[in-house]
Amino acid sequence: MSDGVDLGRRRFLGAATGVTSAIGIGFVAVPFLSSWKPSARAQALGAPVEVDISKLDDGALMRVEWRGKPIWVLKRTPEMIERVEQADPMVRDPMSEEPQQPEYASGRLRSIRPEVLVVIGSCTHLGCSPSPRFDVGAEDLGGADWPGGFFCACHGSKFDLAGRVWRGVPAPLNLVVPPHKYVDDATILVGEDEGVA
Amino acid sequence: MSAATDKKGATGGGLSGWFRKRFPWDQLMEDHVTGYYAPKNFNWWYVFGSLALLALIIQIVTGIFLTMSYKPSAAEAFGSVEYIMRDVEWGWLIRYMHSTGASMFFVVVYLHMFRALLYGSYQKPRELVWIFGMLIYLVMSAEAFFGYLLPWGQMSYWGAQVIVSLFGAIPVIGEGLVEFIRGDYFISDVTLNRFFALHVIALPIVLLGLVVAHILALHEVGSNNPDGVDIKEKKGPDGRPLDGIPFHPYHTAKDVPAWVVFAMVFAIIVFFAPEMGGYFLEHANFEPANPLKTPEHIAPVWYFTPFYAILRAVPDKLGGVLAMGAAMFMLFLLPWLDRSPVRSIRYKGPLFKLALTLFIISFVMLGWLGLQPATSLYTILARVFAIIYFAFFLLMPFYSKIDKTKTPPPRVTYHG
Repeated sequence: MSDGVDLGRRRFLGAATGVTSAIGIGFVAVPFLSSWKPSARAQALGAPVEVDISKLDDGALMRVEWRGKPIWVLKRTPEMIERVEQADPMVRDPMSEEPQQPEYASGRLRSIRPEVLVVIGSCTHLGCSPSPRFDVGAEDLGGADWPGGFFCACHGSKFDLAGRVWRGVPAPLNLVVPPHKYVDDATILVGEDEGVA
Repeated sequence: MSAATDKKGATGGGLSGWFRKRFPWDQLMEDHVTGYYAPKNFNWWYVFGSLALLALIIQIVTGIFLTMSYKPSAAEAFGSVEYIMRDVEWGWLIRYMHSTGASMFFVVVYLHMFRALLYGSYQKPRELVWIFGMLIYLVMSAEAFFGYLLPWGQMSYWGAQVIVSLFGAIPVIGEGLVEFIRGDYFISDVTLNRFFALHVIALPIVLLGLVVAHILALHEVGSNNPDGVDIKEKKGPDGRPLDGIPFHPYHTAKDVPAWVVFAMVFAIIVFFAPEMGGYFLEHANFEPANPLKTPEHIAPVWYFTPFYAILRAVPDKLGGVLAMGAAMFMLFLLPWLDRSPVRSIRYKGPLFKLALTLFIISFVMLGWLGLQPATSLYTILARVFAIIYFAFFLLMPFYSKIDKTKTPPPRVTYHG
């Protein structure tokens, strides 16, 4: 017996104080944690960008920047499209079943128009930017088996001309197709796809 | 009883007496410096703890002065580092001391950790000393990573890109978490600014707190020694360990020459090879950050490469991240994996010696492989050494138990 001290009451008050403080600290933490999210300015700077493809040659690659990421626009020749089909057995996800692209850019060619590929040029392994290697049969990339595509020098991942990832490389997934739509025949809007079927 | 020990006693007059009654300064000195008895048989492996403290001091002092001329914004960061190098008086020296200091800090800490492996310094009752030390290593790594973004060079940028996107491998919350860490849709000015805050304030405070905890835990249980013999078991009539000598002046006298040698090596690097052929300051970092162009070959600074090689060795993103995390976590478990009845390598058997040798070879080889481009041969080698790395830890409960150990002497071996 401890000199008329009500230990049950003391424990209750102690626990109540502890719980109330924890809840209070939890609420106070919200603004601090939220301050780490992209700010209104960062969100505004992440707005969509327009790409003019009227001057893009057949077989040429064009780079633009959207949200700090390299966006590649590749105008594929009929021969390149054929080589995408030939690469089917070498790639991990030939029909784009993983959700790495919007619905309208799924399938083998991963594009709205067969000849125009729009992908984020950032390796799905650890975000390096692969280099275009359109030299068919390059010795360092597997010789005769190499149908042209993209090669990431960081960790050796390979992608074909539809941004589909090779089997047995560190990158797990196909390159991401960003949301995009055609504003008119020669202009692509990257970052917005409202109204695209 | 010395004057220092009776705190509230009215010993000593004058200013020092006045002070003593209000602040336990001499009690602290007595407990942790002049009256801390450490084993008399310390060898040169035992200088790296105090060298780590020296390295920390160098980093803090040079870091404070660098913040006075550095600008943490994407537009100005790279230029402000060049400004420090060219226009600030002696700025080049202060910056090279900081960049060299970072690498030297890791050199010293790796040797300090290896010492613990050699002499079983992590074993009971020093588990917490080891855990606090590992936390220091972890925070130091984070500190080095955040600091590496600040010069805003190509390697800063892409290194940060690679490491931050590791968190994207976590299922469900990964992508959101990456955005939360960057505060933007890519590594940007926002990211740089917050990494600066973490590098100069948040983590140094945590680091200092952990250093205090590491030392307090050590002084509670007492230092290990090359024989792994517990000196507290044999005490003289004065209650002092027979094989112990006060940290100051005996061990400080031994640490001073080590500090001098360290300072000499440090100065040679700072003055003659501050970039260390691209190992301390990578060549790609002399180009400003460009989000649209990845350097040909991204390699982290040398002190992260063993773990980076393990990351790359696994052909699956989440698997690689988990393997890297596990490689770090294994070290934390060391006190409970080692079932050997003896601490020191001097009395451990051939199995442990073989395992430790293989472990060191694999750690060094992984470090080298992490610097090389990922070719198929190197990937296979990295897998082999990663397996040895994990085998060292996972098989330890078995081989350390069945190993033929020698019986340690009752007291430390000491000549002269």
